[in-house]
Amino acid sequence: MAMGRIEAKFSGRLGAFSLDVSFEVPAEGVTGLFGPSGCGKTTILRCLAGLTRLKGGFLSVEGDVWQDGNVFLPPHRRPIGYVFQEPRLFPHLSVMENLRYGMKRSLEVRAELNLDRVVALVGIGSLLNRAPDKLSGGEKQRIAVARALLSQPRLLLMDEPLSALDRDSRGEILPYLEALHRQLELPIVYVTHDFSELERLADHLVLLEKGKVLAAGALAALVTDLSLPIARQPDAAAALTVSVGRYDAPYDISECRLGDLTLWVPGNLGEIGAIRRIVIRASDVSLVRARPGESSLLNILPAKIVSAEPASTSQMLVVLAPEGGGGVRLLSSITRKSWDGLGLRLGDAVFAQVKGMALADLR
Amino acid sequence: MWQPVVLTLELASLTTALLLLLAVPLAWWLARTKSWWAEPVATVVSLPLVLPPTVLGFYLLIAMGPDGPLAPLLALFNMRSLAFTFEGLVLGSVIYSLPFMVQPVRSAFKAIGDAPLEAAATLRASPRDVFLSVALPLARGGILSGAILSFAHTVGEFGVVLMIGGNIPGKTKVLSVAIYDYVETLEWQTAHELAGGMVVFSFLVILAMMLLEKHQAKRLKA
Repeated sequence: MAMGRIEAKFSGRLGAFSLDVSFEVPAEGVTGLFGPSGCGKTTILRCLAGLTRLKGGFLSVEGDVWQDGNVFLPPHRRPIGYVFQEPRLFPHLSVMENLRYGMKRSLEVRAELNLDRVVALVGIGSLLNRAPDKLSGGEKQRIAVARALLSQPRLLLMDEPLSALDRDSRGEILPYLEALHRQLELPIVYVTHDFSELERLADHLVLLEKGKVLAAGALAALVTDLSLPIARQPDAAAALTVSVGRYDAPYDISECRLGDLTLWVPGNLGEIGAIRRIVIRASDVSLVRARPGESSLLNILPAKIVSAEPASTSQMLVVLAPEGGGGVRLLSSITRKSWDGLGLRLGDAVFAQVKGMALADLR
Repeated sequence: MWQPVVLTLELASLTTALLLLLAVPLAWWLARTKSWWAEPVATVVSLPLVLPPTVLGFYLLIAMGPDGPLAPLLALFNMRSLAFTFEGLVLGSVIYSLPFMVQPVRSAFKAIGDAPLEAAATLRASPRDVFLSVALPLARGGILSGAILSFAHTVGEFGVVLMIGGNIPGKTKVLSVAIYDYVETLEWQTAHELAGGMVVFSFLVILAMMLLEKHQAKRLKA
């Protein structure tokens, strides 16, 4: 029953579906529950909230037992915030009354979750005096996020909060979710089947399939683990956390540090020292034996081949450890013909060429 | 002429008030429970819709009588029987109008669905709090319909009243019985005034209901 961790074990049947999961994740940052539709993600989130009760379950959050045998804390006694797929605003209340609903019922008050701060964080200052039925889908969902935060949770649960929105609204909300992640000391469990949301938001990952846990651990480690399907999907990518250095204004490009490595990322990524996540797709990393003398590519990193496996009849998926990267991993997808042509083997030293466009900042 | 009108309004108001207290929680239970008992209970509640009022009145008369099952309970209040009393009429009306309150309120509660109730629970609202702060306001259209229907239905009841209340002026002689009396004694003019008043009243009630539903539909669509 470790402090600072979420320990969960749920098993049981719901109709024809059977769930049997057990995982332990740190109670900090964003934990993504990821898997195809019908794998049990939402059921697990509902069990964490107490909205669904599976008999043989155990749940402790930061040392407090919420479920164990006959012990079962009902949802309203759990210090959680829950964001559903749909906003679920109360239609008989104004926006402000919706926000205050959970706030005035909360048991504790956390300074970082006061009204002004949350309103600013989710960018809803201009919406407060509007009627709920006059808001767009994205605006409603932001109100729902703020309402959940204002109930002063110690754990925020989000069930595919973007899935009911159109593409534009998603793009509008994601930056706010990233801001939550960066600015609040609030553990978040985030359910999604969209890999691009995960790579932008998640720190830890629980991979699910057919009601079972496939793997759980740090996102950076799991997405480069070739034994897992997540590393073998077409948009497989490595997610790296970098600290922002100098911004080169004339060329509109930022210098970022990753361990001893320097990466050039287009755009102004923010103040020096800011922490950003960049995503490098396997398909955007090519390999060369010797460092090219002159190249248009800015990011060419010396690296060792850690593992490799055929991903299809034509493609080879390679895991690389960049030198001086402090243990980070990159993925590279090359043809099997190139792999054999270059005579590559595990442990070989190569240069990873990263196409500039592949580096995308968080905002 | 006015005494039966006042008595009728008293009876209908008291009945509606009691129904709000009794039927709304019952409708909430019927709407939310997964118990096997829900449908049998709902059926019993609906019986007054199909039973002839005389049948209902007959059994109520027996139940309220000095040898009926309610007698021990009545003894606590120093009463022998509820038959031919105003209290008896109230009890009969509550049972007779129960389905008119329970059914629209149950549908209104069902229409809310789980979504807002779960959202409220995750925002620290206890089940009682969820009922008061979310379910009741969201079902207010159905509750208002139920109240109007049971009020109007009580105003118009005849068979049950005659069976258990009889025709005692100032005590149990309500509007519908009074009209019957005036016709029996060939006082056509007074019968006309009361009957015409009932037509206007009924028209206004139904109109109010329809306007309410239209307003409600507009609010939900928005």
